[in-house]
Amino acid sequence: MAVAVKTQTLSPIKKIRSVPTEEYYVPGHRTCAGCGPALQYKLVAKAAGPNTIFIGPTGCMYVANSSYLCTPYAVPWIHAQITNGGAVASGIEAAYQVLIRKGKWEGELPNVIVMAGDGGSVDIGLQAMSAMMYRGHDALFICYDNEAYANTGIQTSPTTPYGGNTTFTPPGPAIPEGKRLFPKDPPQLVIGGHPAVKYVATASVAYPVDLINKVRKALNVPGPTFLHIHAPCPKGWKFDESKTVEVAKLAIQTGMWVLYEWENGEFKYQHKPKEYKPVREYLKVQNRFAHLTEAHIAKMQAFVDAKLKAPGIPVEIPVPPPRATA
Amino acid sequence: MFDIPKEREVPFAGVTPAPVGEQPMMITGNWRTYRPVIDHEKCNLCMNCVIFCPDACWQLNEAEEEVVWNSKYCKGCLICVNECTTAALTKTYELDFEDGVVRLEKLF
Ligand SMILES: Cc1ncc(C[n+]2csc(CCOP(=O)(O)OP(=O)(O)O)c2C)c(N)n1
Ligand code: SF4
Ligand SMILES: [Mg+2]
Repeated sequence: MAVAVKTQTLSPIKKIRSVPTEEYYVPGHRTCAGCGPALQYKLVAKAAGPNTIFIGPTGCMYVANSSYLCTPYAVPWIHAQITNGGAVASGIEAAYQVLIRKGKWEGELPNVIVMAGDGGSVDIGLQAMSAMMYRGHDALFICYDNEAYANTGIQTSPTTPYGGNTTFTPPGPAIPEGKRLFPKDPPQLVIGGHPAVKYVATASVAYPVDLINKVRKALNVPGPTFLHIHAPCPKGWKFDESKTVEVAKLAIQTGMWVLYEWENGEFKYQHKPKEYKPVREYLKVQNRFAHLTEAHIAKMQAFVDAKLKAPGIPVEIPVPPPRATA
Repeated sequence: MFDIPKEREVPFAGVTPAPVGEQPMMITGNWRTYRPVIDHEKCNLCMNCVIFCPDACWQLNEAEEEVVWNSKYCKGCLICVNECTTAALTKTYELDFEDGVVRLEKLF
């Protein structure tokens, strides 16, 4: 059975001045001022261009964008349940394959992109995402990571860092650090268990050219691809809304976020700092970490140090002991 | 393209028209408490404001070789002021402007 493949090649760009001027995620949406996920959406939409269909599982990038029957998406977009972004994308891609095979669709196979939050990707949306990767659909799954279930009021998610203060992990006398667990590793989940996947990368709103090129590469590569995009949320992380890009940059400078590509089994790193700043520099600009003590910060630093020995590869993390009494 | 008999047609739920260039049903300029102000003399067109605005409120006018601000949608997050490489952008309190959004009679 013939399978349609994309014939388009989205070309890489070299500098900020060559970023396409067309907007496919237009002004006029209710995301908070300074929203990191909104910024990455704008960049992803620019990179992908007009031949694109977005799937938006429930989360800020659905709710805050498309309320009251108006949306900022200038390309086709469909809502999915928070649990099933991967399934809806699979269906759309499979339908296009059939239409093309039967000669009922003469256009290109579109770029099918799931724009899911961390909850919608690697927690509550994990099974559908994994199934899409497993079956090998030609679609790009993006996890925009604001490190919490933001849209429902900042509850902890598996990507919330150790020590994060969220509405479900408030620091208090019993648990002074707030969140006790260290985060899940989304790219590793995808790489480790899905042989059909040939390209996985991390990106950040602080490095827009790198982000755009990774989106384009992911769309050019046939089959399922995955991007993990760091997208600071001023509301949830409790920092001033003008500092979104600054915070994203600090994450990379301190090693809290590592930019890399994984292609056919090989890791390549981008914008790796010559010398890492202490994680404290990143923590102190966000009030979600304001309660951390020196001991907590040292624990975080040790985790980052271990991670940086082989970025991208999971490290052993301290598992908190079970609570003595309920 | 598809031959669906009339009697089997179902109105598609929640279909909305795609916006062209902007979404005027969600004007956000009135969120601002501060406004970014540009000094074109100092601007070297590094494009940081254009690229980093989550609301696409800075665009390059190629002909004039100037970046142009969109007051209708700018929420006043001031990422642009923070990321400006030449200090061409500064912030001013929205109330200080004659046309400050807080003075508008009709907000929407
Ligand atoms: C099955 C189900 N459970 C819970 C919810 C409530 N809910 C809506 S948005 C949201 C948060 C989503 O978090 P994430 O995917 O990280 O996206 P974000 O809001 O952070 O952008 C939740 C829990 C839901 N819509 N559906
Ligand atoms: S809560 Fe965070 S992710 Fe959601 S719209 Fe606000 S800034 Fe964006
Ligand atoms: Mg989230």
